[in-house]
Amino acid sequence: MKEIKRSGAAIFSSKDGGENLVIAYPYKIDYIHSYAEDSEFFLGLAKGKLLGSACKKCNLKYGTPRGHCMRCGEETRWMELPLEGRVHSWTTCYFGSEEFLKETPFNLVLVEFQGVNTPFLSRLANAKTQDIYIGMKVKAQFRKNPKYSVSDVYFVPAPEPGRLAHEQRRR
Amino acid sequence: MKNDRRVYIVSGGVTKFAKAHPEMDFRLMVKKAFDYAMADVPSLSKKDIDRSRISYFSDHFTRQLKAASMVQDYLGLNPKDSRRIEWGGATGGQCIQAGWETIASGRSDVCLVAGFETMSRVETWKGNEFIALASDTNFDYPVGGFYTGYYALMVQRHIYEFLRKTRFYNIKDEKTAQRVATKEAMRIMAMVSVKNHTNALHNPYAQYPAKATLKSSLKGEMIAYPLNRPSICAMSDGAAVLILASEDVAYKYTDNPVLIKGVGCGTDTMRLADRPREHVPLLPWENEKDYENLDYPGVHSFRAGRTAALEAYQHAGITNPKKELSFIELHDAYASSEIQTYEDLGLCRYGEGYDFVEQGHPFLKNMDYGFELKDKGTIPVNPSGGLIACGHPVGATGIMQGVFAFWQLQNSIKKHFGSEKLQIKDAKRGLIHSHAGTGSSVTVSVLEAARRG
Ligand SMILES: [Zn+2]
Repeated sequence: MKEIKRSGAAIFSSKDGGENLVIAYPYKIDYIHSYAEDSEFFLGLAKGKLLGSACKKCNLKYGTPRGHCMRCGEETRWMELPLEGRVHSWTTCYFGSEEFLKETPFNLVLVEFQGVNTPFLSRLANAKTQDIYIGMKVKAQFRKNPKYSVSDVYFVPAPEPGRLAHEQRRR
Repeated sequence: MKNDRRVYIVSGGVTKFAKAHPEMDFRLMVKKAFDYAMADVPSLSKKDIDRSRISYFSDHFTRQLKAASMVQDYLGLNPKDSRRIEWGGATGGQCIQAGWETIASGRSDVCLVAGFETMSRVETWKGNEFIALASDTNFDYPVGGFYTGYYALMVQRHIYEFLRKTRFYNIKDEKTAQRVATKEAMRIMAMVSVKNHTNALHNPYAQYPAKATLKSSLKGEMIAYPLNRPSICAMSDGAAVLILASEDVAYKYTDNPVLIKGVGCGTDTMRLADRPREHVPLLPWENEKDYENLDYPGVHSFRAGRTAALEAYQHAGITNPKKELSFIELHDAYASSEIQTYEDLGLCRYGEGYDFVEQGHPFLKNMDYGFELKDKGTIPVNPSGGLIACGHPVGATGIMQGVFAFWQLQNSIKKHFGSEKLQIKDAKRGLIHSHAGTGSSVTVSVLEAARRG
């Protein structure tokens, strides 16, 4: 089909000589979004704390908090997570949703913490694709001016005692 | 599912999937697929249709609420019963099962199942944003909400569990071992991509048929490591319909219907982080010992897919899918999830998906892919080209798989595709698999040829 642009609109001509008009149709909304039962987590980030939750009944420990346990349905309690963990899985995104396209490339990591049953999804800064691996030690950093988003926390590579010595020797 | 009535597919229709159809809105697309299906069963008239189930995924894409009502209206089916079905990427598969329920329960004799999506209404990266809203908007979306990124995280762990720890267990340096394993996985994913693009060369409905090679597939632009463009499905505009009928009336309309022999559905957590680390729900030929040190499903496997398969196999009386199924149309939104799904469906054990591809099982026997395969075509997967090559207009996708599987089992591929290259000889039983939101819900349906005379 042939496309003809005309003052912000496009007209596609059909085989039978008919025309199909395509117009721009803007749509913008500001949602009033409550974090509700998850609020404590986001308030914690602003104070430099990373919160998970633990089930009051079965003690399953969530690295990404949830208000009620998925296993037994019981309420959870807030629990401070260690600020160091290891990469459970990772990727580098070279494209993204429109909202994040300007931030590409960026690394996504699922971080696992010692003694915690489930991981936490975050960004990994200051690391190149070729340097990241599953099991890599990482530590949490907090954004100085919180935006009250989960991206107020992100991770960076943490020194691994043995590995550091090895790399220093190489230099 | 005790005492359910037998449900048959009597006809189907699909529009060609395309990046955009500026000449048709969603109503007209469904109408064209519907008219095609009606023309294929001339003895069926519109008044014989009792009700409909209509699926589309996203109100963001249509920017038209109650769009399913507008389809019902445009097809002239008012004032009959209808409802909209939405279940993420599995919307189409779920819609078929919703139609099945109306007949199995005795409520209906003829039910129309129709689905569509018009994804061209926004630019690609905006579209990716809409899709990513199908992830937790408190914890996951704001980190970089991007579906290809989520599936990349899942396959990286799959590679670690099933290639790094096996084929490359003897490489001591962890980083090197992981790099080598990922490179190996990328080569095998490229084989899947070549398979699906090559098959689609003979499917006139496919959006991206291509003469692909391993080399060209490996060279594709990286989207989220290790997933590159040739291993990912595209966004599409398209519609698909199936007409379902009860045993009482099916043979009035065709002597070549297809029986929906088994249906199954499974679910899992929305957030990847919440996926449990427990035991594999076993298929009859698996042993607990096979998976002694495996945390399941973790983020590497789809428990929803395994659960759906278990239910559908039990319902259909299938004990050995690899032997009893003639082909499979599965939800390959990514070449990685095609491999992960072989394992969920029990075509091989967990961890054997990569070998399954290399040995050649999911390829078509009579097709040249440019490389040698030892056990070529023991169970063809995505003979149509799958989502990777056909496109993925979400609400239509699962129904499209149903239409292609229906034609395979009718032995009518030549009539509908204009070529019998993709016709699987003596196809007796096929499986369709529809998958949503990082594996948060999956449907599996088993179809069986039921030709009379
Ligand atoms: Zn609990």
